[in-house]
Amino acid sequence: MKTILRLVVLVAMILLVGVAHAGDTLHGAGATFPYPVYSAWAYEYNKISGVKLNYQSIGSGGGQRQITNRTVDFGASDAPLKPEKLAELKLYQFPAIIGGVVLVVNISRVKGGQLKLDPDTLCKIFLGDIKYWDDPRLAKINPALKLPHKKITVVHRSDGSGTTAIFTKYLSGVCPEWNTKVGAGKAVKWPVGIGGKGNEGVANYVKRVKNSIGYVEFAYAKQNRLAHTLLKNAAGNFVEPSLKTFKDAAATGDFDPKKDFYLWLTNAPGKNSWPIAGATFILLAKEKTDSNRKVVRFYDWAFKNGDKTAERLAYIPLPESLKKKVREYWKSAGIY
Amino acid sequence: MPVSLKKNPVDLAFLVITATASLSVLVLILGIVFVLFSESALSIKEFGILRFIFSTDWNPVIESYGAATSLFGTAVTTLLSLVLAIPVAIGIAIFVTEIAPGFLKGPIGVAIELLAAIPSIIYGMWGLFTLAPIMADYIEPALQDTVGRIPFVGILFEGTPMGIDLLTASLILSIMITPFTASISRDAFNLTPAIVKESAYALGATKWEVMKNIVIPYSKLGVFGGAVLSLGRALGETMAVAFVLGNNHQITSSLLDAAATITVTLANEFTEADTDLYLSALFNLALILFVMSFAILAVAKFFLLRAERKFTR
Repeated sequence: MKTILRLVVLVAMILLVGVAHAGDTLHGAGATFPYPVYSAWAYEYNKISGVKLNYQSIGSGGGQRQITNRTVDFGASDAPLKPEKLAELKLYQFPAIIGGVVLVVNISRVKGGQLKLDPDTLCKIFLGDIKYWDDPRLAKINPALKLPHKKITVVHRSDGSGTTAIFTKYLSGVCPEWNTKVGAGKAVKWPVGIGGKGNEGVANYVKRVKNSIGYVEFAYAKQNRLAHTLLKNAAGNFVEPSLKTFKDAAATGDFDPKKDFYLWLTNAPGKNSWPIAGATFILLAKEKTDSNRKVVRFYDWAFKNGDKTAERLAYIPLPESLKKKVREYWKSAGIY
Repeated sequence: MPVSLKKNPVDLAFLVITATASLSVLVLILGIVFVLFSESALSIKEFGILRFIFSTDWNPVIESYGAATSLFGTAVTTLLSLVLAIPVAIGIAIFVTEIAPGFLKGPIGVAIELLAAIPSIIYGMWGLFTLAPIMADYIEPALQDTVGRIPFVGILFEGTPMGIDLLTASLILSIMITPFTASISRDAFNLTPAIVKESAYALGATKWEVMKNIVIPYSKLGVFGGAVLSLGRALGETMAVAFVLGNNHQITSSLLDAAATITVTLANEFTEADTDLYLSALFNLALILFVMSFAILAVAKFFLLRAERKFTR
C-alpha cells in the first residue's frame, strides 16, 4: 500500500512539474528559412530566462494556418500578409530577421564575383530566352569575360519556399514579361530548368551541373563556396552580395507600422543595396495578450542581444530604426 | 473456441481486446478515406475529377492545378523500375532457391533483407550524392552515344545528362523494390512441391529445364503477385525519388529530363501550400494515389490468394 501511495505522489509531482513547465514554453510554427537563427536565439534565451521555445519549422503556409486556428503562440511566415488579411484574421505582424538571396553559377574559369547580371538578362535566362552563356546580351554587360558557347542549365527549388517567393517577387517586379508569364509565389510554374530540394539541393546541383545557374540563400552560397554573381540594382550599380549590401537594402526598405510592416524588400532603392532580399515575419493572435507579451519579450531580447548570432548564421539583423518602429508597434498594441 | 467463451471471462476479454485492435484498422482506413475526400472536395468542385486528372497545368501562382504531370512521372518511374528490378529479382530468387550451395543461401538471404531494411532517405542521399554524379558523368553520356543514336529510341535519351531525371529515379526505385520481389518470388518458388521437381530431375531434366518447365509455371502467380506488391511500394516511394527527380511538372519524352511524381509533389509542396485550393489539390493527388495503391494491392492479393489456393488444394 505504501509503495502505491508513493507512486501516486511521484506521478502527481511529475505531472505538476510538467504543467508548471508548460507555462514557460512558447509554441511557434512556420517558416523553415529563419529556423536556424530562431533556434540559436532560443537556446541562448533559455539559458538566461528559463523560457523554452518550441518552434516547428513546418513552412510558412503551415505557420499561417496554425496561428489562424490559434493552435500556437506565434506563427512565422516568409511572405508578409496584407493588412486587410491581418485585420480579417485578427493578427499582428512584425518582421524578425532579414535574409538575402544570391545567384550562383558554375561556369568553367568564371570565379565568384566576376559575372555581371542585370534584371533583364537574369529574367531572360530564367525564362529560357537566353539559352547560351555567350549570348550577346550577356557579353554586352560582361565585356571583359570570355563566356563559353554552352547551354545554360537553370536550377530552381523543387519545393515551395520563401526563397522562391522572394526571388520570383523580385523578377516579377523588374521584368514585366516574367510577371505576365510566370508571376510570383512560393512555388511557380518554371519555364525551364531542374528543381533541387531545399537550398542544399539547389547548391548541390549548381556545384555539380556544369554551366548552371541557381538561386540560394546567402548562407548556402558561402558554405558551399559557390561562385556568386554581381547584380545590377535599382540605382544602376552592379553590387556584390554581402552582409553590407544586404544591410543597405534593409536600411532603405520603407517598413510601415501602419501597414503591419507589409513590404517586400526586393529591388530596394539605395546606391549599394543588394536587390533580392526579404524580411521574415512573426504573426500573433490579437486576443492572446498574455502569450503575446512573452513572445514579444523573446524577440525584444533577440533584437538587443541576437545580432551577432544572426550575422554568424548569415542573416541580416533588422536595422536599429526598424527595431524602434517594431517596438512602437508592440507598444501601441499593448503587448510590450 | 467460441463455445468456451461464456465460461471463461479471460477468453472473453481477450476476444474483445483483439477484436478492437482489428477493428481499429478498419476505422483508420475509413477515417483516412473520409479525410482525403473531404479535404479534396474543394478542388474536385473547382476542377472536376476528369479535368483534374487530365490537365497538365500545375501553376500555384494562378491556382490552376492538374494531376497529369504527376501521374506521368509516377507511371514512368514505377514501370521503368519494375522493368529493371523484376529480372534481377527473379534471378536472385532462382539462385537462392535452386542453385546456390547451402552455405551461400543464408548470407544472400540476409543481404537481401538488409537491402529492404535501409530507410528510403538513405537511398535518396546516396542517389543525390553518389549515383546522380555517376549517371551524369558516365552512364548517361554512354547511353546517349550508343542507344541514343538509334532512330526513335534516341528520343528517350535526349537532352543534357544531369543525373537528376526519370532514369536515375527509376534506377534507385528498382534497387529499393528488388528485395521485395526477390523474397516473394523465393517464397513462391519454395512452394513448388519437391516431389515434382525430384521427379523431373529423375527423368534427367537439367536445372534450366526444371526452372523453366516446373518451378516457374508452378509459381508464376506468386511471382506476379510479388511484382504487383513491389509496384505498390514503388508507387508510394517518396524520399528517395524526391532527391533525384527534380520535381518539374512536365510531360517529357526524354528519360534524361526532370519530372514529378505524386508523392514527390506532396512532399515538396505541402509545407508551403498556403491557399485552401492549393492544399485541396494536393489532397486530391493523395486521394488519387490512395485509390491507385488500393486497386493495385487488391489485384496483388487476388493473384497471391489464387496461387495459394492452387497449392493447398
